[in-house]
Amino acid sequence: MKLRLRLVSLSAPLIALMLAVSLTSLILLGIGKDPIETFRMMFEYGSTGKSIVSVLNRTTPLYISAVAVAVGFKMGLFNIGVEGQYLLGALLAAAIGTSFAISRPIHIFFIMLIAVVASSLWAAIAGYLKVYKGIHEVISTIMLNYIGTGLIAYLLSNIFFDKDEKNAIPQTVELPESGRLPALNNLFGIEDLPNLHGFLPITILLGLIYYLLIWKTTLGYDLRVTGANPIAARFSGVDPKRLTIIAMIISGGFAGLVGMGPLLGYFHQYTIDFPPGLGFAGIGVALLGRNHPVGMFLGAILFGFLERSAQILDLRGVPKEIETMMSAFILLIVVVFYEIIRRYILTQQIKDASKKIGEN
Amino acid sequence: MNKAITVSNITKSYPGVLANSNVSLEVSEGSIHAIVGENGAGKSTLMKILYGMVKPDDGSISIFEKITQLSSPKDAIDSGLGMVHQHFMLADNLSVLESVILGIDNATLKNINLRRYKSEIMEVINKYNLNINLDKTIDELGVGEKQRVEILKVLFRGAKILILDEPTAVLVPQEVEELFNNLRDLKDNGVTIIFISHKLDEVLEIADEISVMRGGVMVNTVDSENISKKELAEMMIGKSLPKPPERQSSVGDLKILSVENLSASNDDGKDIFNDITFDLQSSEILGIAGVEGNGQRELVEAIIGIQEYNSGSIRLKDEIIDDLGIRERLGLGISFIPEDRQAQALIMDMTLTNNIILGRQSLKKYKTKLTTVNLSNATTASESVIGNFDVKTPNANTIATALSGGNQQKYVVGRELEDNPTLLIASQPTRGIDIGAQALIWEKLRSTRDDGLGVILISADLEELIGLSDRIVVIYQGNFVAELKPDEITPEILGSYMTGLRK
Amino acid sequence: MDDLINFFKKKYVIIAPLLIIIFIAQNEQYSQLTSSGTFGSALRLSIPILLAGLGGLFSERTGVVNIGLEGMMIMGTWFGAWGGFMYGPWGGVLFGLIGGGLFGLIHAIATVSFQVDHIVSGVAINILAVGAARFFNILAFDGIAFASSTASPRIEGEVGKFNLPFLTGGTLNGNETSNILGDLENANIFLISDISGLLVGLTSNISYFTIIALLLVPISVYVLWRTPIGLQMRSVGEYPSGSESLGVNVYLMKYIGVIISGCLAGLAGAYLVLEGPNVYLQGQTGGRGFIGLASLLFGNYRPLGVLMGAGLFGFADALQLRSEEAIHGLLIAVALFLFVLTINNLSKRNFKVSTGTFITGLFFLVWYLNSTSVPIQFIYFTPHLTTLVVLSFSKQKFRMPKKVGVAYKKGELN
Repeated sequence: MKLRLRLVSLSAPLIALMLAVSLTSLILLGIGKDPIETFRMMFEYGSTGKSIVSVLNRTTPLYISAVAVAVGFKMGLFNIGVEGQYLLGALLAAAIGTSFAISRPIHIFFIMLIAVVASSLWAAIAGYLKVYKGIHEVISTIMLNYIGTGLIAYLLSNIFFDKDEKNAIPQTVELPESGRLPALNNLFGIEDLPNLHGFLPITILLGLIYYLLIWKTTLGYDLRVTGANPIAARFSGVDPKRLTIIAMIISGGFAGLVGMGPLLGYFHQYTIDFPPGLGFAGIGVALLGRNHPVGMFLGAILFGFLERSAQILDLRGVPKEIETMMSAFILLIVVVFYEIIRRYILTQQIKDASKKIGEN
Repeated sequence: MNKAITVSNITKSYPGVLANSNVSLEVSEGSIHAIVGENGAGKSTLMKILYGMVKPDDGSISIFEKITQLSSPKDAIDSGLGMVHQHFMLADNLSVLESVILGIDNATLKNINLRRYKSEIMEVINKYNLNINLDKTIDELGVGEKQRVEILKVLFRGAKILILDEPTAVLVPQEVEELFNNLRDLKDNGVTIIFISHKLDEVLEIADEISVMRGGVMVNTVDSENISKKELAEMMIGKSLPKPPERQSSVGDLKILSVENLSASNDDGKDIFNDITFDLQSSEILGIAGVEGNGQRELVEAIIGIQEYNSGSIRLKDEIIDDLGIRERLGLGISFIPEDRQAQALIMDMTLTNNIILGRQSLKKYKTKLTTVNLSNATTASESVIGNFDVKTPNANTIATALSGGNQQKYVVGRELEDNPTLLIASQPTRGIDIGAQALIWEKLRSTRDDGLGVILISADLEELIGLSDRIVVIYQGNFVAELKPDEITPEILGSYMTGLRK
Repeated sequence: MDDLINFFKKKYVIIAPLLIIIFIAQNEQYSQLTSSGTFGSALRLSIPILLAGLGGLFSERTGVVNIGLEGMMIMGTWFGAWGGFMYGPWGGVLFGLIGGGLFGLIHAIATVSFQVDHIVSGVAINILAVGAARFFNILAFDGIAFASSTASPRIEGEVGKFNLPFLTGGTLNGNETSNILGDLENANIFLISDISGLLVGLTSNISYFTIIALLLVPISVYVLWRTPIGLQMRSVGEYPSGSESLGVNVYLMKYIGVIISGCLAGLAGAYLVLEGPNVYLQGQTGGRGFIGLASLLFGNYRPLGVLMGAGLFGFADALQLRSEEAIHGLLIAVALFLFVLTINNLSKRNFKVSTGTFITGLFFLVWYLNSTSVPIQFIYFTPHLTTLVVLSFSKQKFRMPKKVGVAYKKGELN
């Protein structure tokens, strides 16, 4: 693709951001707040060192969640169930991870493995239902989210709860020291800031794995081809049933790692307030980043930043929910603009090609 | 005689193409007027302009000698035009009755008076002898019946002028005859018919007058009584008609494929094809003739592993392949040109290079050590196909959509022949492409066959089937009903086998 | 008699569970399974699903997949609560409809005019709705008593209710009449009392909102199958280019379909508020928009089918709310049904499936025998699990609109 067209394709998220800012400003004006002052406050608060660490901590699980969703998206499969998958994986990993203690790297590896296996099996149910029962994955993954929530509540309060804890809040036993991931502050010389959680490098590695998987392997080629034209994919020897289940398992596997940053980094146990909502937020990030490893990273940072920087607003008399609105605007506008620009680029490519053929 | 349509000096250009250049045309009321020309000659554009779907850059149109502005199909319908498209504009899930009355009433919440409509429509059916059952749903109808529904649709809207775009492309000779009888009935009732085609025999049979288009220009209009097929062909393409080159049969003795007692049925237990047995030798093109929907598509799909079969066995060279998946079968050297290149053979918004891997994912040369996709080998292969098959494209990194249909098809055929396959299954390999591309594909199929390739050919173009095949089998309602020698038959004879009239 | 046997053979997947449930309900402990109270709440819980399902019907019949139903329903809950708070219950109904319709309009703009992938747009709308409802709630009810960021203040008054005269003790000309069905239900006669329970549940103490919702079923049939606009809408979902060639305004039909879809989903949301706690609560919809979509699939894209599907899901929901004991009774019902399936598959010599159903059936039987109740957390997801189970078993051939989910660009003939 020509450089010009590449630049055009990058403009969509920027246009969406600008339009979303304008729309948000209009709403702010409507409720009698000064938009410029509001955004200034947000930016000022969001760019403090403390906030940047918080944004990065928030970005890691969000990014992995987006990757999990993107694996499905690439083959036209909508895994809306990352939410239930990562929570269930995190609970099982937290519960089983306390039952043994070995050297740290192995311990952490096993905890992650439990989460990955649990989440991917849970996701595989949706794959099975789609392939053998013809139930659309959007319906089944959403239903499985509710079922998962109930199951987690049951397991947490009846089986995995910390029996020594007199506290009424159900929670698992804390992970031993060997099952915790140290913070990275020493590495970057930022001891004076809050903890920068240790999952960040693993997250970047996962992004790389995702890239290689989708663009450099036959499996990834099959996924992309199926997403673009399932019929042609089938004629090329893709077994759509098998691939659907594999994609759900891989997607669920990534989903299992979503909760690992919080679990290994700072929660060290599963409690009823283990951070929810990362699965749904990941869908937005995947859409914003167009399933591209770098795009999704930027998207995760943007959403992380907005959420963090909005924390200041309530203190200054602006409802912080304005941020939820703004994120939603960005999302809705960006999907529209991606489509407009996709079509524009397509016609440009066709025009360029026919012009060149004409010249020869 | 009065003029039904007068087109004066119509010009229409698209970026890079002059589709219609100063085109003029006069059609007499109550006549059958054919417009012939090869693909890309500008017939479709002219028809779209007549039907209000495309606005001309310049020129004017009179209908029944009144200058008329046509800016939407609705305008065209209102001025008495009706169009029967090549692809039927019918929704499978609607009933025939619903299909006919769709869009006649304004979109309101009033009750539709189905009984009144039914009796009105029956009058039209009886007047023109159309033989249509209004209560069936569209997906229960055969091709010929669907076409009659299309004609009924426009007649019921009061069309006095009927435009038929390539109406015989989907019909077998016997159905063509039935259509022509209907058209003659219509003409006797004063309906004007514009008949677009590139099949000269048919045009000479049915039309009163014939207009010839070439390269966006109206070349000439002639009386069908006073012209021969040869003269017409020369007007149309500037030289004589292409035909597949003469057969020099040299069937080899190596058995490429043997299919034994193959049977398949659908979910309802209805037979799709039944007890099919045949062999294919090296250097042989086996033509399978059949009206669409008689099991030939499923049969070849069974060979590559898409269609499941209940019994029987398939052997490729010495290997029984029944238990192998599609990918494994393709890996053994089966190549497949599906009938619909855009839907089945290409990923339209991927580059040509990415498309060359399609169907060859298991091939070693497209992999590197870490089982990754090897794009550099893919580029080499892609460029070689582009060169060998004269694919007109800026480079191998162009997306498939950007190519014309003929070039897409050449690329698909080239890809399927790229890795020296053992068996090629070619389904409608030249459907809807220009004459140049068609000739090239014919030549390539023929020369690779001479090099030992076994080919199974399915084609609705009976001339092509007879011209290319070394042997033809006819499939009718899922059974092989005849085996014929191509040099002993004509399309008419073949057609009568295909429709079950002859056994 | 043969007809009866054949009918049973064909429809045993529906009939067998019903018979089993009625049978189990004879046991005092599980009588809630078929009580009028259960059916009454089943009806109330079915309506939002029915409305969402009908919403899905209008959208998907015009060829637009509407995963955004849930979000439109969320808008219905908030706008319904706001309208109810400001202008009384009927104001809530009206504003719920408008709120959902607005989001329908957004979905239509994205999918029809800009050809955004339908599921992508739907997902985005669901995310937007959650944020918007919360934001609106804070804005509109700031400082009003009993309101918070996740709940609206209470709506005063309610949509009127009535009983059928004679059958369920309704009033006629101001006089109270007999309650025949109610008396029958209390008489505890096998089958008759159960059916009376059903009828009492469906006909007593019914609000006008419920009546309106139920009337929408025949109205949908009429609109989609008996009017020119309905024919045009359906044709657009099947073959838009064909419709356009006949002068049908494809975009307009799709817009109408999707906006009606939003309106109905909005009504569903308003119903949840007005026939429920009388306040808006965050997360109130609980996935019912998606269950509505499931009932659309279950109902094979037909209004009556949607009604049946919604009824089934509503029943599961009602048991969840009304009685833990009854849910325990369902365990044995599931076990028995699985044994019926086992026998049926054995007779078809389908040994693999019959082994599977038999073992699962044993599991449920053992669970039933070794417990006195089902954990409360499981009860919470009964409707969702039912959705999956029902969709798994309804292995009918779906006749979905042919071009549903496919983007259509004006002037693209083919």
